[in-house]
Amino acid sequence: MSADASVATTDAPFLRMEGITKRFSGVTALDGVDFALVPGEVHALVGENGAGKSTLVKIMTGAYRRDGGEMWVEGRPAGFATPADAQAAGVVAVHQEIHILGFRTVAENVFLGREPRRWGVIDWRRMNDDTARLMAELGLDLDPRAALGTLSTARQQMVAIARGVSLGAKVLVLDEPTSSLAEREVAILYALIRRLQAQGTAIVYISHRFDELYAVCDRVTVLRDGKLVGTRALAGLERLDLVCQMLGKSREEMQAGDAGFAPDAPASADEPLLHADGLRRGTRLRGVNVEVRRGEIVGLAGLLGSGRTETARALFGADPAEGGSIRLKGKAIEPRSPDDGIAAGIAFLSEDRKAEGIIPELSVGENLTLAALPTLTRFGIVSRAKQQALVERYMTRLGIKASSSQQKIRELSGGNQQKVLLARWLCTDPELLIVDEPTRGIDIGARGEIQALVNELAAGGMGVLMISSDLEELVEGSSRVVVLRDGEDVARLARGEVTQDSIIRAMAGGSATAAVASAVTPASASDEPSAPAAEVGA
Amino acid sequence: MSETTLAAVPRAGRRRLRLSGPTAGAAIALGVLVGANALLTPNFASAGNLWNVLLQVSTVLLVAVGMTLVISTGGVDLSVGSVMAIAGAVAATTLDRGIPVAIAAGLGAAAVVGLLNGVLIARFRIQPIVVTLATLIGGRGIAQVLSNDGELVPIDNPSFEFLGKGHLGPFPTQVVVAIVAVALGAFLLRATPFGRYVLAAGGNPAAARLAGVPVWRTIITVYVLSALLAGMAGLVEAAKLGASDAAKIGLNVELDAIAAVVVGGTALAGGRATVFGTVIGALIMQVIATSFNMLLVPYAWSLALKAGIILFAVYLQRPRRV
Repeated sequence: MSADASVATTDAPFLRMEGITKRFSGVTALDGVDFALVPGEVHALVGENGAGKSTLVKIMTGAYRRDGGEMWVEGRPAGFATPADAQAAGVVAVHQEIHILGFRTVAENVFLGREPRRWGVIDWRRMNDDTARLMAELGLDLDPRAALGTLSTARQQMVAIARGVSLGAKVLVLDEPTSSLAEREVAILYALIRRLQAQGTAIVYISHRFDELYAVCDRVTVLRDGKLVGTRALAGLERLDLVCQMLGKSREEMQAGDAGFAPDAPASADEPLLHADGLRRGTRLRGVNVEVRRGEIVGLAGLLGSGRTETARALFGADPAEGGSIRLKGKAIEPRSPDDGIAAGIAFLSEDRKAEGIIPELSVGENLTLAALPTLTRFGIVSRAKQQALVERYMTRLGIKASSSQQKIRELSGGNQQKVLLARWLCTDPELLIVDEPTRGIDIGARGEIQALVNELAAGGMGVLMISSDLEELVEGSSRVVVLRDGEDVARLARGEVTQDSIIRAMAGGSATAAVASAVTPASASDEPSAPAAEVGA
Repeated sequence: MSETTLAAVPRAGRRRLRLSGPTAGAAIALGVLVGANALLTPNFASAGNLWNVLLQVSTVLLVAVGMTLVISTGGVDLSVGSVMAIAGAVAATTLDRGIPVAIAAGLGAAAVVGLLNGVLIARFRIQPIVVTLATLIGGRGIAQVLSNDGELVPIDNPSFEFLGKGHLGPFPTQVVVAIVAVALGAFLLRATPFGRYVLAAGGNPAAARLAGVPVWRTIITVYVLSALLAGMAGLVEAAKLGASDAAKIGLNVELDAIAAVVVGGTALAGGRATVFGTVIGALIMQVIATSFNMLLVPYAWSLALKAGIILFAVYLQRPRRV
């Protein structure tokens, strides 16, 4: 497991970093890290949260200045003071959260800050024409005049990448590029990456998903605790070894530890905890039936736009169902708001931690107790003692790492934020826990902990409905899987039948391509009423 | 029950009293201002003058406490000055039916405006600045209509005027009212679920809704509270003046209140609030006005200094970068 720090490459590196060090108020974030990028390679950058990936990338792209070490671009010493400097040298970052002007057009976003001018005013025709040409070159069918905010997230991301390309990027940094993409859109992204690769662009690819890394990346650099573990070719590197390097554990430990959910949680045979029948809402939900028993983890699978999240939100009352019936513990309920859902004993962990989960300015404790406040209140006053006791209990039980319960939640890592949000729901004592992409964008350590916790909750008699686009997670973690397509449930896979293959088959429904297209169409149609035919495709 | 826990961890309540960030800056600025004035401005440090500062700041402070709540939801209430005028006018014209009726009617009228603001903002999702700009304009008009097209309505009732001119023990009544309002605001924010909901709704409304926070109700309540406090300020002003002057009462008070809140360190984007900071902010503004007045510096100069202080306070609050 020693760091075989370099792989012999024939090409001279376009960008080379040596002994890069960065400290934040005394804390060393990067400690002597070496990194090199060869033209035309896709280079994976992996590591747990806190490993120093984003710090390294920020130094590379001029957002941070290094405290030590050397950097060369095309053999010449380089040091970027601002992202603009880095861009000028051809190093461009495309971030996880895309920074865009939603009300402005595709062309305006691509040329933001360097609009072609004529007589001192913007040359709209040239800007739109150039954008159209750029999109054609990249194999993207996008209308330069469409307002960016009306496009799907995937297309917005394509625009961000196109902008990078038009800036003459020789190095593109893609940070979690697929975190908001549906599977079909991922394929488009891959095609774009291949095209750029063929043109000699070097790509730094940051992702938590191993499938992706193996699908698109040539080499991988592993960081741990701000130090370089090693750089090596991805082909021939076993997944388990890669995970071990990231975690700094030996293979034996990994195999002993229980990664994933235990699929054999005992499910009670009596009446189901939840019985939802024919849930309907607009065009997204067109009759979904789901059953969850106590002690069971039911996986909810489907492509983006298949109605997974919509089903969860209808059950919880966040976006109430317009038709169908919901029975919880044999009693008919009709949740019209999250309040109703909570009162009925349902908890819903949203997929978007930042937008729908944390209250950034409030403390860990305040975030944790937000949903349970009424139970901590006497005579209209929140009992500090009760609150503190509750917070301590859950922080210990879930292993939440924070300097104290008073620390602001925005300062925590993604995994710890997710644990706080899970704790927020656990202290309402729910009977049905709905988790939507519970481990998305979370480092492997926290991921295992959250999976183990969900498992434990189910074993304790809670019913769990788990939405995930990570097939591995579904297969390993669910007692049963319900597959949605196009707003309807199309398959129920019993224990024993749940395999990645069976899920994909059900999601695709016979002819894979046809099903993918039909599942994606409603989403994109409503995203883009003006241009329903504008497919992002090669 | 959980003595050990209490002993082991610092109580959450202490944290907000600890001076940090922009509020600390404001407190230091106030200290410097008071110190410099005590040395340089003749008679500034006299008891009489200090009471005078408190007297003058009390109405703005009433309004600013409500404004703190509103701003911490990410909103703003421009209508407070007009609400003051309405409350004063309603109270003055109903005073012949007894003081309790007049006060109730004045506050009731204010609450109606607040309810209107809140419902339009929370339920109909119109931007707070637009809604309260409309009630700022319309409210001033209504106040003048209520008082016979803007005539001065004299208040000839010593008992009512006690609100603006009287003393409770050694304390002027209006100062007591303001202190009660400050205490109430701080209590609501720190100790009640409502306070937590205000910060949650301001910090991330979508997340708050999913966590079961009654977001609408919270926002509506905040605007009603703001209007009630403004109404109270209107009653105090009318009592102080001995008349309801619908065209003048509360004119531009929204600007002073917003300035006090901002200087005190409450985030304009919502999600973070400090009533204590607002008190300091209001005091800073008043000390500048009073001391410049005593030093016979033209009023216009004190405005310029206030502007500088507001900008500096917001500069201190700007998002930090690594």
